[in-house]
Amino acid sequence: MIPALTIERLSKVYDNGFEALKGISLTVEQGDFYALLGPNGAGKSTTIGIICSLVSKSGGRVQVFDADIDEDFPAAKKTIGIVPQEFNFNMFETVSDIVVNQGGYYGMPVELSRERAEKYLKELGLWDKRNVTSRTLSGGMKRRLMIARALVHEPRLLILDEPTAGVDIEMRRSMWDFLQQINAEGTTIILTTHYLEEAEALCRHIGIINHGEIVENTSMRELLRRLHREVFILDTEDTLPEVISIADFTCRRLDEHSVEVEVQKGQHINDVFAALDAQGVRINSMRNRANRLEEMFVNLVEGVA
Amino acid sequence: MNATEQFNAFMTILRKEIKRYLRIWTQTLLPSAITMSLYFVIFGTLIGSRIGEMGGFSYMQFVVPGLIMMAIVTNSYSNVVSSFFGSKFNHSVEELLVSPTPNYVILMGYVVGGVTRGLLVAVVVTLVSLFFTDMQIHSYLVVVSVVLMTSTLFALAGFINAVYANSFDDISIIPTFVLTPLIYLGGVFYSMDLLPDFWAAVSRLNPLVYVVNAFRYGVLGVSDVSLSVAFGMIALFTVAAFGYSMHLLNSGKRLRQ
Repeated sequence: MIPALTIERLSKVYDNGFEALKGISLTVEQGDFYALLGPNGAGKSTTIGIICSLVSKSGGRVQVFDADIDEDFPAAKKTIGIVPQEFNFNMFETVSDIVVNQGGYYGMPVELSRERAEKYLKELGLWDKRNVTSRTLSGGMKRRLMIARALVHEPRLLILDEPTAGVDIEMRRSMWDFLQQINAEGTTIILTTHYLEEAEALCRHIGIINHGEIVENTSMRELLRRLHREVFILDTEDTLPEVISIADFTCRRLDEHSVEVEVQKGQHINDVFAALDAQGVRINSMRNRANRLEEMFVNLVEGVA
Repeated sequence: MNATEQFNAFMTILRKEIKRYLRIWTQTLLPSAITMSLYFVIFGTLIGSRIGEMGGFSYMQFVVPGLIMMAIVTNSYSNVVSSFFGSKFNHSVEELLVSPTPNYVILMGYVVGGVTRGLLVAVVVTLVSLFFTDMQIHSYLVVVSVVLMTSTLFALAGFINAVYANSFDDISIIPTFVLTPLIYLGGVFYSMDLLPDFWAAVSRLNPLVYVVNAFRYGVLGVSDVSLSVAFGMIALFTVAAFGYSMHLLNSGKRLRQ
C-alpha cells in the first residue's frame, strides 16, 4: 500500500534567506494518526504549507498518495483537507456558506455540498449556527468550523495545524473523540500540536522537527519506550517522615503527604511501593510529574536525549 | 478536475461574488445610480443646455453613453479589487488556493463576478438616464460586445491591482489617481475634435478613449476613433491583462510564500 504522504529531502529557503527546512524526509502511512511536533519556528507550518500549496518549496519531493505535487498538484489537493493554525475564512459569510462554498471549490455540485455541510456541521455541533455570520462564533466554534470545511470533500488525508489551540478542555476532548472516529473510518490524520498530552493520546506515530530538521521519526510506543527516566509524585494516606529514603531511588519529600520519586529505566515502581509500605506509608494515588512525552520532547529539541 | 467540476467551482465563485455585492447593495449599486443622476442633472441638463450640440447631438445625448460606460468601468474594477483584496486580507483566498480549482477558473470566477456587477449597474444607470433623455440604440451588437469586453478588461485590471495591494489604501490609489483621470480624459464629456492635435494624439494612448467611443458608436452611431481600431485596442488590452493576471496566479506572486 502506498503511503499517504511521502516527503523526500524537502527544503525551503524564504526570500529573506531564512532556511526553514533543511532537506527533511518522512513518510506517513495510510490510516495513520501522525503527530508532527516541534517548537515554534521549527518548520512544521512551512511543511504543511508546502503540502497544501500555500508555500512553494525550494527543493525536494512531496507525494500525496500516488500524486506527486510537481506532476499533478490538483490530484494531490483533492485528497487533502487542511485545517490551518489561523482562522482563514471570511468573517462576514455564514457558517453554512463557508462550508458549502468549499465543496464547490473541490468541484462538488451545490446539492452535494449542502448535504455534506449538514452532515459535518451536525457532527461538529454547529448546525444550529449554520445561518449566523462566522465572526459571531466563539474561538472553539471557529476551529470546529474549519474542521467541517476541511472535511466537506471527504479527504483521505486530513492535516490539522494546532486544531485545539485556545479550545477549552471539554471541547478539546470532544474534538479528540471526533478525530479518532474519522481516523477509525479510514482518514489518515497529521496533527501538529503544542499539547503533548494530545499527541500522546491520539497519535500512533510521531515526527519531531527542530531548526528545519527531523530529529525523531518513530512510533509513539517506541519513543516512550526510550524514556530513560520518569518522575512520579505519590500522594500518601499517612504522614511522611521528615526524611524519607528509598533504596536505589532518588526521592524528595514535597510535603507531609506527597513525595517525588525518580524511576530510572530498568527499575520497577513496585519496589517503591514495597519500600514505602515497609515504612508504614500507604499510597492514595500516583501521577507523572510532567507529561512523559513532554520530557522526551524537551530532551530531543535541546539535544539531550 | 474534469469540466463539470471546474464549472461547479466557477459557479461557486460567481455565486459568492454576486451574493457579496447584493448583500452590500447600498455600497455597491446605489452610489453609481446617485452619482450618475447628479452627472445627468449637472452636466446634461444645467451645463449641457448652455453648451448646445456636440458631435451632432444634444450634449445630454452625447454624455449619456460615456457616463454609462464610466459606471461599468468603475464598478467592474472596484468589485474585483475590493473582493479579491478582501479575501487576501482575511486569508480566505487560501480556501481557493488549497483547492484543486485551476487558476484560470479562479480568475474567471472573480472577473465574471465583476462583469455582472458592471452590467447590473449599467442597467440601473441606463434606466436613470431615461428620465433625462431618449435613448435610441444604433447597434445592439456593438453595445453588447463593448460592454462585455470593457467590463472584462477592467475586472482584470482590478484583479491585478488586488494582487499587488498590501493595504486598503493601495486599492484606492489606482482608481483615484489613474482610473478617474483616464475616464475624465477619455472623451466622456467632450469630443476629441475639440483637442489640439498633440493632445488628441496623446489621448489615443488612453484605453478609455476607445471604450467610450466604441460604446458611443453603438448608441449614437458616431465615434472619434475608427470602430475596428477601438475593438482591436480593447481586445489587445484585455488579452494583455488576462495574460498578466494568469502569470500572477501561476507564479503565486504575493499570494503564496
